[in-house]
Amino acid sequence: MTTLPPAIAQFETDYAAVRKSAMRVNLVSTVLFAFCFFAAASIGGFFDMTDVTLSNGDRVSMWKIWAGLPRLGEYLYKTLPVLHLETLGSDLANWFWRWKVWLQLLLETILIAYLATLLGVAGAFLLSFPASRNLSPNTFVLNLTRRYLEIVRTVPELVWALIFVFCFGVGPLAGVLAIGLHATGALGKLYSEANENADMRPVEGIKASGGSWFDQIRYGIVPQVVPNIISYTLLRFEINVRASSIIGFVGAGGLGQEIRVAMSLQEYTDLSALFLIIFVTVIIMDTVSENVRHRIIGLTGKGV
Amino acid sequence: MLVVEKLSKTFGDLKAVDGLSLAIPKGQMVGVIGRSGAGKSTFLRMVNRLTDPSFGTIICDNRNVTDLRGRDLRLWRASCAMIFQQFNLIERMDVLTNVMAGRIAQTGFLRSMTRSFTKDDRIGAIHALDRLDLAPQALQRAGTLSGGQQQRVAIAKALVQNPQIMLADEPIASLDPANATRVMDALREINQTDGLTVLVNLHTLDTARAYCDRIIAMREGRVQFDGTPAELSNEKVREIYGTHDLSGGINEAVTSTSIAPNSFQQPRQAVGA
Repeated sequence: MTTLPPAIAQFETDYAAVRKSAMRVNLVSTVLFAFCFFAAASIGGFFDMTDVTLSNGDRVSMWKIWAGLPRLGEYLYKTLPVLHLETLGSDLANWFWRWKVWLQLLLETILIAYLATLLGVAGAFLLSFPASRNLSPNTFVLNLTRRYLEIVRTVPELVWALIFVFCFGVGPLAGVLAIGLHATGALGKLYSEANENADMRPVEGIKASGGSWFDQIRYGIVPQVVPNIISYTLLRFEINVRASSIIGFVGAGGLGQEIRVAMSLQEYTDLSALFLIIFVTVIIMDTVSENVRHRIIGLTGKGV
Repeated sequence: MLVVEKLSKTFGDLKAVDGLSLAIPKGQMVGVIGRSGAGKSTFLRMVNRLTDPSFGTIICDNRNVTDLRGRDLRLWRASCAMIFQQFNLIERMDVLTNVMAGRIAQTGFLRSMTRSFTKDDRIGAIHALDRLDLAPQALQRAGTLSGGQQQRVAIAKALVQNPQIMLADEPIASLDPANATRVMDALREINQTDGLTVLVNLHTLDTARAYCDRIIAMREGRVQFDGTPAELSNEKVREIYGTHDLSGGINEAVTSTSIAPNSFQQPRQAVGA
């Protein structure tokens, strides 16, 4: 057997030690993960049993998920409209009987999303710089802005909407404020992460030339993060369209109020019509904004 | 005249610069050499106040600049322009804006935020670019230029700051020999024509010898050598770089950036041979 050179022998020892500790970390994290998974699932009722009556009259105990799945199909089936090929026109007209109201509300939904996104962008853009670890003037400002962004994004849009409906009454204004506030928090987080990934050398270049904090941000950071900002903003707009179609549930404007009425009156075909409208709108929004987004990311030739 | 007295900077337990005292007369071209970690960069950054000194004072023309704050500090930074190894330009903006950014300390908040520099700033910028043969590239994005061109843009930006002192932190360390020569020639030309004090950190001994009036060598945060290039003997070089772990000596040709060694000194073996 050949003896290894001492440096290589040392490496082999170190390598074995590193491997061993990596294995240990893997094992512990796997066990921990599995435990958390089963604990969460059992608290969440995944393993619950329920009693059901079979078609022959027997009562048996069944796994809840298994027993409930068929009812999903039942619900969806109820929402399907009755369409006949020969009377398709009148059947469709019957299905979308409130189309005038719905289109108007759809427009309102999109406008709520648009205005809320604008509000969110303005707030998030301004707050993202003091909320970035690499740019914040001091830790107090950093923590203050970060906590603010956390609070406004942790509270769901629906809850903000409830509060604003109480303050400003029923209508789209409450919806705009609610979604805008939540979007501020969500976008502020994303923007500040983009800022934290930015190259700091241009910032230093501006600082060394005598630029103030604002100059350093304006010239050192903003040109780098603008493509990210646009991309996140368009993504947020898509999300906000979805959010604003729900927010009417609590009276904050948009299609949501129609969904709520249809649900409580058990007008199942109205529900499917409304879902179809929202579905098509979201798909169109997604496609358009994705195209715009990719075009902008490709077209970053000119700094902003 | 730039005077630093007992200038020190500590990072935790590490003394990056340890009681540095120097006087640099106006218009001198000074090369600062030393091995990596000797405190060269920290020294230059302290002069520009990018790094705050732990102890000591920096005095320029009988004015203490060590404790400047706010607007005074920004004007001081503008008056001692800094050039970086990695150029530190705004790569996504055009070359002209990059150069006009040298006027940022004199530009008001609204003008700065809207990128509307004055006409004078624009004229100054294009003249500075022309001086460095970069006027044709003025409207290109800075990031599309070669390293050597970017470094010359950085010099043009430094020029429009109307500085008294120019600090260059290893300006040629990431450039090829041809570009390195152009950049060093530009620095020397500025030093001689405008009478600016130039402090340049260098890794290449023969560049320091060829371009500088005075060489300051740092080791472990202190001045190890301070004199003319001619006084920098082989033994001194050996002391500066601490070559006890090298079997031979230091061959200046290894780090040389000169393209035509015959045009000035033949790079020579510093020790041994």
